[in-house]
Amino acid sequence: MATRVQPTRQPALPRSEPPERRRTFYAMLALPGILWLALLFIVPFYAALAIAMGQLNRLYETPVAIWNPLHWSSANLTNVVRDLFGATAFAGPLMLRTIIYVLVASALSLLIGYPAAYFVARFAGHRKGLFLILLIAPFWISYMMRMLAWIDLLQTSGYVNKVLTSLHLISQPVNWLGGHSFTVIAGLVYGYIPYLILVLYAGLDRIDPSLIEAGRDLGLSRARTFLRVTLPLSRQAIMTGLLITMLPMFGDYFTNQLLSGSPSTSMIGNLIQGQLGTPGLQGQGAILSLLLLLVLLIPMIYYVVATNRASREAS
Amino acid sequence: MTTDIRARPPVGPTDIASRSLPGRLRRNPWRHPWILEGFTWLYLIWSLVPIVIAVLFSFNNGKSQSTWQGFSWRWYFSDPVYSVLHNPTLHSAVIQTVRLSVYTTLIAVPLGVAFALGINRWKGYTASTFNFVMILSYVVPELIFGVAMFFAFTVLFSFVHLGTIAQVLSLVTWNVSWPAIIVQARLVTLGRQYEEAAADLGASQWRTVRKVLLPLLTPAIFASAVLVFSSVIDDFVIVQLLSSTVSTQPMSVIIYSQQHGGNGGPALNALGTIMLIMSFIIATAGYIGYRLMTRGERGSTAESLTTIAGA
Repeated sequence: MATRVQPTRQPALPRSEPPERRRTFYAMLALPGILWLALLFIVPFYAALAIAMGQLNRLYETPVAIWNPLHWSSANLTNVVRDLFGATAFAGPLMLRTIIYVLVASALSLLIGYPAAYFVARFAGHRKGLFLILLIAPFWISYMMRMLAWIDLLQTSGYVNKVLTSLHLISQPVNWLGGHSFTVIAGLVYGYIPYLILVLYAGLDRIDPSLIEAGRDLGLSRARTFLRVTLPLSRQAIMTGLLITMLPMFGDYFTNQLLSGSPSTSMIGNLIQGQLGTPGLQGQGAILSLLLLLVLLIPMIYYVVATNRASREAS
Repeated sequence: MTTDIRARPPVGPTDIASRSLPGRLRRNPWRHPWILEGFTWLYLIWSLVPIVIAVLFSFNNGKSQSTWQGFSWRWYFSDPVYSVLHNPTLHSAVIQTVRLSVYTTLIAVPLGVAFALGINRWKGYTASTFNFVMILSYVVPELIFGVAMFFAFTVLFSFVHLGTIAQVLSLVTWNVSWPAIIVQARLVTLGRQYEEAAADLGASQWRTVRKVLLPLLTPAIFASAVLVFSSVIDDFVIVQLLSSTVSTQPMSVIIYSQQHGGNGGPALNALGTIMLIMSFIIATAGYIGYRLMTRGERGSTAESLTTIAGA
């Protein structure tokens, strides 16, 4: 599929202008964006690095940035490493919990999202538009509103408890919002699943139906066609979809605050956000967020490369 | 279709002939997958019914977010103290959301479109490097980006104080990838023949962009503007980290901080409903606009819907 020849799209240069002028013109068009990204994306990360490797003004408890890498101090790094791996480490367990939450939540999202996306992409028929509208609707509803909806339902006097007690499944109302991992993970699934479903739908919709029909015609059962044809062809969508939901989940600090608020469900994002607002700890917040970035850089680059390849193949 | 399969010898591990015949005949291979459809409906109910209930509670004639006490408009405008209209905090949150969305869209869209045009047609090392940087800005977790911006505006560019300007500058960086990615995708689909024709007919570079490329790119630009606007309405992390006083906190931050701070109430549901209505107006306008602009092209309802949602 990728080797389709397209003779009409040879990059022939227009004859009327010399190539250098052409290049200059397009470079000038790109320049504002390049400057913007340099000043307001790359430089800020260097500022965070300079703070992370900087020192603390002990009098004012403010971070002091060290811009010259030769003078960098490892004070913050030492502190963070001690918090992560030391004997009295509290950040290490937090990181572990974050990883577990994110893995469980994204696995659940895939289990729920894939069948729904698969149905709409393959079997919705003339009702595809309706299903798509309903599938995409949460994408347009603010994350905070969607969390608020569950806070309303999960309150001690809320409808979830009312329904469960009337069905005699529970004898007395459960305090769902009182610090349960279950609630937080369910909240993460609810919060991020629309993004996953959208990517899965787009990937499944691109699969040529004749490939699936061929599988069925050759005698494969529906389940086997799915396992042998559809699933392998949607692997790319699954990977990018999982990444697009997992990356923000690692930086989530608001879902557990709203749905539990208890330190027993804190994630790494809570620590970073808390340190950012605490005088004296801002440098450690900087280094922790950069370490998180370092860990997530590999999946991030994988995502960029994979989507680049996909868009090249599509064109 | 089933008959000629039966005539063939068993194929590989599937081994069709060994299955019981009546079982296979009873089952229509192209039957509608009712279980899958039922599951999809269950998912949709789970995903949408809570929202409907939350919207209903914004009309609750009482202070509870969980027990229905009758219909009223009090949390929108009737209540002289606690309604969105009269509570200065909630009131200014609505204005701040609109302000951030408008400013960000006005800056990010032209910036991203020019960037996409330039990068896509100016091949070279710098171009591909910055294209990579742009896509990184699309995937980096928002908290990590927000932390970097927080330090940029507190340590380096400290003449820009935390508040609306810092929020808008950060939101532009965060959202510039929408127009940049969508316009580039469209440019690839268009190919180069239109520009080459214009150049052959003697049009200057600038005239080619303005009279040929921009009209062809209008649907993509429009779709990206819709996405930028709605994603700023929804944004939480960046605006929270870079907000200063309550007056610079938009609706998402107010809902979070009030609910988390124990000041929840149907007024927050009303705020959320206002956000929802704003987003839906933008989405509907975006969908209708996109359909009108791409009227002459082949393309389905489904395609327009997913484009407007950014897939």
